[in-house]
Order: sequence, then structure tokens, then C-alpha cells
Amino acid sequence: MTVLDRDVSHPITLVLNGEPRSASAPTRLLLSDFLRHTLGATGTHVGCEHGVCGACTVRIDGVAQRACMTLAVQVDGRAVDTVEGLANADGTLGDLQAAFRRHHAQQCAFCTPGILNSCADWLARVDDPSEAEVREMLSGHLCRCTGYTPIVAAILDVVSARKSTEVTDHA
Amino acid sequence: MKPAAFDYQRVETADEAIAALAECGEDGRILAGGQSLMAILNMRLAQPKRLIDISRSKAMATVDVNESMRIGAAATQASVEWRPDLAREVPLLALAFPHVSHFQIRNRGTVVGSIAHADPAAELPLCLLALEGSVQLRNAKRRRDVRADDFFTGMLSTARGHDEFVESATFPTARPETGYAFDEFSMRHGDFAVCAVAVVADAQRLRIAVGGVADRPVARDYDAALNASALDDALNEFAWSLGARDEPQASATMRRRLVRTLGRRTVEQALSRRSPS
Repeated sequence: MTVLDRDVSHPITLVLNGEPRSASAPTRLLLSDFLRHTLGATGTHVGCEHGVCGACTVRIDGVAQRACMTLAVQVDGRAVDTVEGLANADGTLGDLQAAFRRHHAQQCAFCTPGILNSCADWLARVDDPSEAEVREMLSGHLCRCTGYTPIVAAILDVVSARKSTEVTDHA
Repeated sequence: MKPAAFDYQRVETADEAIAALAECGEDGRILAGGQSLMAILNMRLAQPKRLIDISRSKAMATVDVNESMRIGAAATQASVEWRPDLAREVPLLALAFPHVSHFQIRNRGTVVGSIAHADPAAELPLCLLALEGSVQLRNAKRRRDVRADDFFTGMLSTARGHDEFVESATFPTARPETGYAFDEFSMRHGDFAVCAVAVVADAQRLRIAVGGVADRPVARDYDAALNASALDDALNEFAWSLGARDEPQASATMRRRLVRTLGRRTVEQALSRRSPS
């Protein structure tokens, strides 16, 4: 494939939270900055910029990963989902968001968008996680306010709510 | 922290990656999952002139299993970790993955990338060495197979030449009547290991590999009939041979002690798992 020159901006087309978007970016622009500064999607937070804190976690083609360790040019032609896309179509909070609110799972909320994106991917893969498994998944996110207890409670609440809905659906 | 400027090239095949490396020499870096490289670029510890991105290549993301598991350069750690039969295919990898950083990092990070990066505290190079696996290197002229023993040459250093592409890594699959065990100590879950131990034990041989202490993963072979006090002596000698250094997160004394205690515990676990089949 052609080499993209460092000194110019390159066109990027992606689907952001279901909406087709186009913009341009130089090769060195991080996805986290592209989302916030170029596309105006400021729900993605930026903490450490080396993959440790987890605040910038987004989903690319459904898979939770760090936006700060992704280049904007790498998402050309792909689907990116951020916290802005987690609400229901009518604007009400999605089940994860509602559970976080119910359990006071955020205080300053800087870490929350990243955690919600991790959960959205992980809970789609793991049906019935234990508390230990939830905590292991959360080890990829730093929260300095809550001590994690309400976050774990909110996630386990979503797990059991989704399970009971499933049972009803099949009945 | 933003990376310095670079040219960017996405490649789909190993041939394209090799051609790009040949063109750039030392100024080109392969970008696979980027879970180490992007952090290094963001901190400007490296400023390559060109990034050669293999991360979207399906052709290089293959995982083939027969008597060994051959993992392609673009295969993510998650793509191996979430294999339904991994615990039967390569039990040591199944035991080690939960210690490899975090779920969100394993979603992107590649197995081969971690091996090529050769961090002395990383789990996957340690597993490759413990299992006596190998890496497959290729440049425009030749292809070569390098044993893990010969591949890791020091801190973040390998036997790879600047024009060589690490095409795959090969992990031997589970052998009968062999026990596998993995354990590590780190400051927080998912951090780099202060000390990591991988053990492979069969009827004849006990192979102990230690990461996080020396400048590279190191493995030693012992007679499986070693009695308890001989094992303690062996681990003590192993611990002192690794040249542990005092560092902010752990003193040399602590690391030697970990080799002895974690080593012993992991050996016992591996021995107890040698089920006759």
C-alpha cells in the first residue's frame, strides 16, 4: 500500500456511533485526539496517553481498546463506538449507564466512559461473570474515587438483569 | 505525550512488510498491536521514520495448530486467549494470559509483537522459552528458524536483523504426562512482573524459566527426580545467577527471594499436574 506522508493530512472515513463521518488527520494524530478535537466527540477522556489508565477506551469494530494507542489513520474504513453511542435511541440511558447511575458508580466520572466501553464489549462475550472476573476486567481501568465497589455492583446488576430478560424472552 | 512525525504504511502481506523493511532499514518499525510501541512513540523513546502497520492483515493473523501452535505476526493475544481449547492445546499459554496486562490491551496486543519486543518481564517471551518454542524470521533473501534460547539476547534485544520480519512464533503443544504451571508477582494485577516463573515438568525433566529478574527470560533444566532440599539449592543457585538489580519497585534481595519461593510453589504445581494419560 502507498506510504502516507508525515507532512500532510490524510482523509479518513469512519462510522462513529452509527453515523458516517469524514475528516482528515496527519499520520501522527492519536485516535483519542482525533475523536475529541477533530470530530468533537469529547466523551472519550484522555488520561495517561500510554495505555495504563483506561480512560480513553473505545470500541473499534466492537472490540474495546485504547484510543491513545491507536492512530487516527488506523480507523479509516472502520466502526468506532464511544460513550456517546451507549444511550438508547430515544436518548434515555442504556442499561449499563442506568446501572452506573443507580449505584453511584462514578464520582468525578473521568474514568467512566472507558469503563462503560470495556463493559459493552466484555459483557457481550462473557455471559455470567463472577465478581473476581469483573474485577480482573476492571484492572485495565484506574478509578481514583470510588474504590471500585459501586462499579462492580453496577456491572453485576446489569449481568443479572440481562439474564432475567433472556429467561423472559425465551419463556 | 504525542508521537513525533512519521510516514505510515499499511501492509497486507509478509512480502510487503519485508519489502518495506528492506527500504527503510533501521528507520522502519513494524506496528502490530502497538500496545508497547505506541506507548514508546508517545513518550518519544523512539522516533522511527516510518511505521509499517500489519495490524489489519488477515493473512498474517492466522493461528495454525498441529504438533505445535504457529501464531502469525498479526494475531492478537485475544485471538489466542479466547480459543475454546487453548487449555488443552498449549496449557502454559492459557495459564499465562490472565497475567498479560489487561483485557483491553490483549484485545489489540499481538503474541508475536510481545516476543519481538522482548521485554525481560513479559510473560509471552517467557512461555516461548519455557516451552522451547521458536520464531520464524524472514528477509528478502532467506527464511530462518531461531530457537527461543537464541532469540532473546538481552534487554529489549533479539537476534532479529534490521531487515528481518518476525513472521510467526511457534509454541509446542501439550505433551502427554507433562505438567505446566505459571505464576508471577507484580505490584498490581496486569503490571509487568517483578518475578514470573513458568515450569514444564515431565517424568525425566524439570524445566524452570524465570522472567523479570535478568535482562532476558532465562531457563534451566533439572532432573525431575530432584528431592526437596536439592530443589531449594537449585532455585537458590538459579536466583543468584540471574544478576538481579536493585530497582525502585523491587530490591535484588526481594527478587532472589521470589525466585526461591515463587519458583518452589510453581514447580510443585507443575509436578502435581503430571497426570499419566
